[in-house]
Amino acid sequence: MPKQDTFTPGEPPVLEADVFLKGLWRENPVFVSLLGMCPVLAVTNTVMNSLAMGLATTFVLFMSTSLISLLRSFIPKQVRIPVFIVIIATFVTIVEYSIQAISLELYENLGAFIALIVVNCLIMGRAEAFASKNPLPRAMLDALGMGAGFTFALFCLGAVREILGSGSFAGVDLFGPNFQPWAIMILPPGGFLVLGGWLLLFAWARERSDRKKAEAEAAAGD
Amino acid sequence: MEHLNHFLSIGVRAAFVENMALAYFLGMCSFLAVSRRVETATGLGLAVVFVLSVTVPLNNLIFNYILREGAWIATDLTFLRFLTFIGTIAATVQVVEMTLDKYFPKLYAALGVFLPLIAVNCAILGGSLFMVQRDYQFSESMVFGFGAGAGFALAVIALAAIREKLRYSDIPPGLRGLGITFITTGLMAIGFMAFAGIQL
Repeated sequence: MPKQDTFTPGEPPVLEADVFLKGLWRENPVFVSLLGMCPVLAVTNTVMNSLAMGLATTFVLFMSTSLISLLRSFIPKQVRIPVFIVIIATFVTIVEYSIQAISLELYENLGAFIALIVVNCLIMGRAEAFASKNPLPRAMLDALGMGAGFTFALFCLGAVREILGSGSFAGVDLFGPNFQPWAIMILPPGGFLVLGGWLLLFAWARERSDRKKAEAEAAAGD
Repeated sequence: MEHLNHFLSIGVRAAFVENMALAYFLGMCSFLAVSRRVETATGLGLAVVFVLSVTVPLNNLIFNYILREGAWIATDLTFLRFLTFIGTIAATVQVVEMTLDKYFPKLYAALGVFLPLIAVNCAILGGSLFMVQRDYQFSESMVFGFGAGAGFALAVIALAAIREKLRYSDIPPGLRGLGITFITTGLMAIGFMAFAGIQL
């Protein structure tokens, strides 16, 4: 979090560092706003898939929100949604062909979900809510923060599901041959259950930090 | 008879075995947001069935006759498929909305806000992409579109029914809201996995 003492009344109300950091934790697209759920659940059965999907989404998010931010004064308000979709779809096409060129195996693992980045509501949401109203540097920071938060969340799910479901981490075997994998974790239901578990953990952490803050304030008030 | 079996198999597979929401996690945003009450869930479900049954065959025609290599236009235009599919979906939703508004006002009122929402529902685009991936013919894609929509509708209505009952349950504080919804959905997905072994 940014230090409070760097904040002076002359500066814009939201600090630059905060634009970046809010995506990581306080407004985490997956754990807090629950945006872009399809890839979060669908491709997180291994760590590699999760990271690849996170990075691909971050790239599309970064490029398209930057472009939208640059063009924001030229795009007529009435047709902005179709324009956004065309811009996003263009970058998704680039990503799809790049992944296909880099690793065919990865491309087959991610399947239709690369294409479905087009309709990821996270990207549309940031384009509409942030990039179309903010100058380029801030839109870029926001996209990087949100992308990092999204990748982090996918990594959290992917790590748990791969460790429990396959007994390995990023392809490296962890427990030796006697480990009995929880097959359910790499199947669809596992995605829902693990995400439910993470939400519980974060709700608990947030509640605890809120309580600590309240206690500290009460102590300071005395 | 052979054909009938084949179509039945595609339809049932799309609805149950390869359920859009519970096996492929498509359309999650609206799946979670609109499953608070059975009534609204039914509205969304109907709209998805409707739009999927229209757009998947339509995109099938466009893909096979225009975009695919060696179709009417000689060059390979498959790289344009995301743009085209999204365009078709948005246009279809618009046309469907205007038609319903004019000729079936009751149905239009029932579907309400869900029709425009559907343009950005990934289950719809997913339906068209799966159609391309699996190389369905036109008639197959009609059955597939309807089956996939019906499966989504079934899942969202079932989840809404459970969530209505959950309101009266004593849920641990950390899980209240979406946490418990995810776990419920996970259990439903386990239920739907029972269909996985079925060979039709």
